[in-house]
Amino acid sequence: MTTTTSPLLSVKDLKVAYGGIHAVKGINLEIKQGELVALIGANGAGKTTTLKTLVGMVKPAAGSISFDGQDTSRLAAHDFVSRGLVLVPEGRGIFPRLTVEENLQMGAYYRNDKADIAHDMARVYDLFPRLKERMKQLAGTLSGGEQQMVAIGRALMSRPKLLLLDEPSMGLAPIIVQKIFEIIRMVAAEGVTMLLIEQNAKLALETANRGYVMESGVITVADDAKALLANPAIQSAYLGE
Amino acid sequence: MTMANTIAGWFGAGKDGQHAKLQLILLSVFMLALPFILSGSFASGNSWVRTIDFALLYIMLALGLNIVVGYAGLLDLGYIAFYAVGAYLYAFLNSPQIAAFLPVWMMNPPLLVMLLIAAVVAGCFGVMLGAPTLKLRGDYLAIVTLGFGEIIRIFMNNLDRPVNITNGPQGINNIERVSLLGHEFGKPLEFFGVQIPMVHQYYYLILAFCVLIIFVSIRLQRSRIGRAWVAIREDEIAAAAMGINTRNVKLLAFAMGASFGGVSGSLFASFQGFISPESFILMESVLVLCMVVLGGMGHIPGVILGAIIVSITPEALREVVNPLQDALLGKRVVDPENLRMLMFGLAMIIIMLLRPEGLWPSRRRKDELHPATKRITKQEDATLTEAEREHE
Repeated sequence: MTTTTSPLLSVKDLKVAYGGIHAVKGINLEIKQGELVALIGANGAGKTTTLKTLVGMVKPAAGSISFDGQDTSRLAAHDFVSRGLVLVPEGRGIFPRLTVEENLQMGAYYRNDKADIAHDMARVYDLFPRLKERMKQLAGTLSGGEQQMVAIGRALMSRPKLLLLDEPSMGLAPIIVQKIFEIIRMVAAEGVTMLLIEQNAKLALETANRGYVMESGVITVADDAKALLANPAIQSAYLGE
Repeated sequence: MTMANTIAGWFGAGKDGQHAKLQLILLSVFMLALPFILSGSFASGNSWVRTIDFALLYIMLALGLNIVVGYAGLLDLGYIAFYAVGAYLYAFLNSPQIAAFLPVWMMNPPLLVMLLIAAVVAGCFGVMLGAPTLKLRGDYLAIVTLGFGEIIRIFMNNLDRPVNITNGPQGINNIERVSLLGHEFGKPLEFFGVQIPMVHQYYYLILAFCVLIIFVSIRLQRSRIGRAWVAIREDEIAAAAMGINTRNVKLLAFAMGASFGGVSGSLFASFQGFISPESFILMESVLVLCMVVLGGMGHIPGVILGAIIVSITPEALREVVNPLQDALLGKRVVDPENLRMLMFGLAMIIIMLLRPEGLWPSRRRKDELHPATKRITKQEDATLTEAEREHE
């Protein structure tokens, strides 16, 4: 376990470029054990790129990423799960032609401890009774909200130390979005540290402890979530007030 | 679940162990008796046994391609190249063709060693094809694999100059048959006073390896690797996010698929006694792919059925069309060989329109492609409104 003083994730001066385009232009991020941090910003601000870089799907051009005390900036994408850094991809990324149960099992792909896996499975079903009802159903036939539950449940099966959520509300009806955020609060209450990327800034900040605001590849504001909600500049730019 | 239960499950039987075993025993007895049933009931019986031998070889090929296409979702249009690799490898080591260049100890390896070599070398060729195409999918991958298949064939066709390695388009002749336990296949064999012809001997040999490959296929599907293949087929990014090394897993799919092809190819060369590049044309790759798609992608019994149907139908047509023409018209108007592609194309179109999931799909794939999903959508509607009510 990390001590409370040293952050679980620490990103320093991270730069990412696709060809000649600089998507992320030197950002600093810190997440402490047990926190729920929101990263908000408009389309194309570089949020998803940042997340993909954190889990090795995109290689950084410069800067350092350290997770749980180790430099992870050069690791391959599949090396992150076993270290406890787990991504719930944008658009959910479930396996549509596998059943709900098989999807959850895939989350424990790197693990070999059968008894523990069964225990975690039961825990996920406790968290999402809806999924238990549908465990034999193909995940692709579920509603959007249920698919998001599968994606989050599957990530929990990897026993994450830090869970990265990429736009969990994307493409969902407003009422379902509320449900998903309830779930995120529930997962946070279980003690899972999370970094949440959202376009729905209001909901995200209402849920998170802290927030970062990203604009064209740089972080412009970093503050407590409550302070951000009260910040007039943020209100007019992102909260539609 | 045991293997017997799995196989019984394909036929819709329950999980009753006794029942499953009985079915498996009946099936085994039938398979063992099949060549004698055929040669006993038809005048041209031995040619039918020969057709069945080829059907078994095609089953191995189709199961190999099924790993690549059905499990891992990588469209491969050059699969026959691995069959060619296995066949030429066997020919090199078991014929006078390049014996002069090889040390004597390399020639005529024992059967199991030979097939192991074929599997490993073909597997390496699979990796050779897989490595440069890791980032390709769908149509693009299909084009590259198609090119690969042609490259191998054209190499075989042209490697008779400057040094004669493959004997070019004339192919390699005088390939020695397999020997096992001191018996050379092809020599007449008597068993309790019953004459067992060459095609029958090969039937049992190929059947044994076919069963082995079916067994390996089943085990692979259920393994960790099998699940990883399915995951990359479904969503590569999500698979990587689950900790699956997508590069290695893909290469392994290519290698495993290719090794099945290599084994099949070696048995083919040994059975045929003669090979030439003509046996490995693009059409053969397409045929094997048809077997997989027609039978039911990713479903082992479906793929086996597809291979049997596609490889036997042309022979059956030959048996039916000529007598039919003789009887109806008094003369032969069409050559069944020409009719074959017409019928085949027609059958493919009809099946793909009516049963896009294949003739014998897994239950899951059937659910997915047939309107049962509509019912689920309605159910979903209900739960959505319910959720809405809850929320208010």
